Amino acid sequence: MPARASLWTTLTAPLLRENPVTLQILGICSALAVTTTLATALTMAASLTVVVTLAAGIISLIRRHIPDTIRLIVQIVIIASLVIVIDQVLQAWFYDISRALSVFVGLITTNCLVLGRTEAFARHNPPGPAMVDALGNALGYSLVLVVIGTLRELLGKGELMGHAVLPLADQGGWFTPLSLMLLAPSGFFLLGGLVWAIRSWRPEQAEAPEFGPMPQKGPAE
Amino acid sequence: MASDPLSPWRRLLALPNESRTKTLAVAFVVSAICALLVSGATVLLRPIQSANRAAEEQARIEALVQGIPGMAELLEASGGALSTVVIDLARGRAAADVTPATLEAALADPANWTALEPGADLAGLGQRPDFAQVFLLRDGADISLILLPIAGAGYNGRIEAVLALRGDMQTIGGLSVTRQSETPGLGARIEEAGWLAGFPGTQTRDPDGTLRFAVARGAAASVYEVDGITGATRTSSAVTRMVRFWLGPDGYGPLLDAIRRGEF
Repeated sequence: MPARASLWTTLTAPLLRENPVTLQILGICSALAVTTTLATALTMAASLTVVVTLAAGIISLIRRHIPDTIRLIVQIVIIASLVIVIDQVLQAWFYDISRALSVFVGLITTNCLVLGRTEAFARHNPPGPAMVDALGNALGYSLVLVVIGTLRELLGKGELMGHAVLPLADQGGWFTPLSLMLLAPSGFFLLGGLVWAIRSWRPEQAEAPEFGPMPQKGPAE
Repeated sequence: MASDPLSPWRRLLALPNESRTKTLAVAFVVSAICALLVSGATVLLRPIQSANRAAEEQARIEALVQGIPGMAELLEASGGALSTVVIDLARGRAAADVTPATLEAALADPANWTALEPGADLAGLGQRPDFAQVFLLRDGADISLILLPIAGAGYNGRIEAVLALRGDMQTIGGLSVTRQSETPGLGARIEEAGWLAGFPGTQTRDPDGTLRFAVARGAAASVYEVDGITGATRTSSAVTRMVRFWLGPDGYGPLLDAIRRGEF
């Protein structure tokens, strides 16, 4: 993370160049689970954006007073509280979608993208840049969710946001829905394809091919 | 500045981050603020959430009735609405002084709840309300369908459902799960239409009047069973116990007996 990056770079870098999902492969559990339709993908993306931005702001505000020994638990408590509030708001005003998202809103708490941003960036930067960085990462995550959600709903049901787009074969059209797209494995296929496409277009993102004994990275999910 | 009310706070903030006092203080303050935030949101939003849940339950009850053959026409003939009755469970007849409008207030009074003996508490409820609201569909004077709200402890939390019984009071017309928090993909499949489709036509009692209903382990083997859910044994048996409890003597048993005798 360059120390003097302008706010604009901080915001836009995570969209493609440092996308948290396709480059760092963070937060793919929810990216795979909630992308069966575009509506759930959008709601999940919006919830995560709100949570990660607010969490980054709050943690950045108190960053000088978080004791190192309990910093992770303090961050998790703040993130978890925000997630519960968002979940309650969804249950109150977006009841149908909150039923579709079921446990996955709660799982934002353990989404390593959120903790990754607060731990790596918000703890060392003032609130403004911290929130911009979090927003950028959340938008990068949202972008991936929306792309995968659009493809899965379009190919799996021939619909977008619940409106028929492709005429279905059993209603006289030409499109036969790919039921596989509604199952979890297709999320992996599409995400893998997306990572491949981005890394072919921007080869600098590809990891070194040799696999020596590498230092253990953080748990993936 | 000795009288400055903020000075202890400033002194605390000035402590080195690694001191034990500051670590404890930061942990306490953060948890207290988060607890306030979470409880505030829960309490403020609860009325909207319960209204949502009630609307959902209403929609499910309507869908349940529509899904039972012959009932949609009957419902239309009776004016499109089910009649709602509050039942006094112990006596098995309509409650004298509680109406659907005052039911909620009545159930807020602990005196209107009966504690259940551990041996009789099949559904794991601990206590049971003395009044319950049921829905009836009549064909002339005869009851052709009764919808009974039932509840019980599931694997992860409370399961609430509506059980429809046909006019003979022992053939199941259908089941609709209105609230559950079972494991997604396993126990949560009790909400799926595919599994619920096994209920219509299932018998709850044998000709001697003994309760025989059960969710089978595996495929249903008799008219008293519905298919079990693989990988969700605890949820399946919770449904069995819940249905048996509410059809038994501590649940709607007295009411069903009264209807069978034609006294209702």
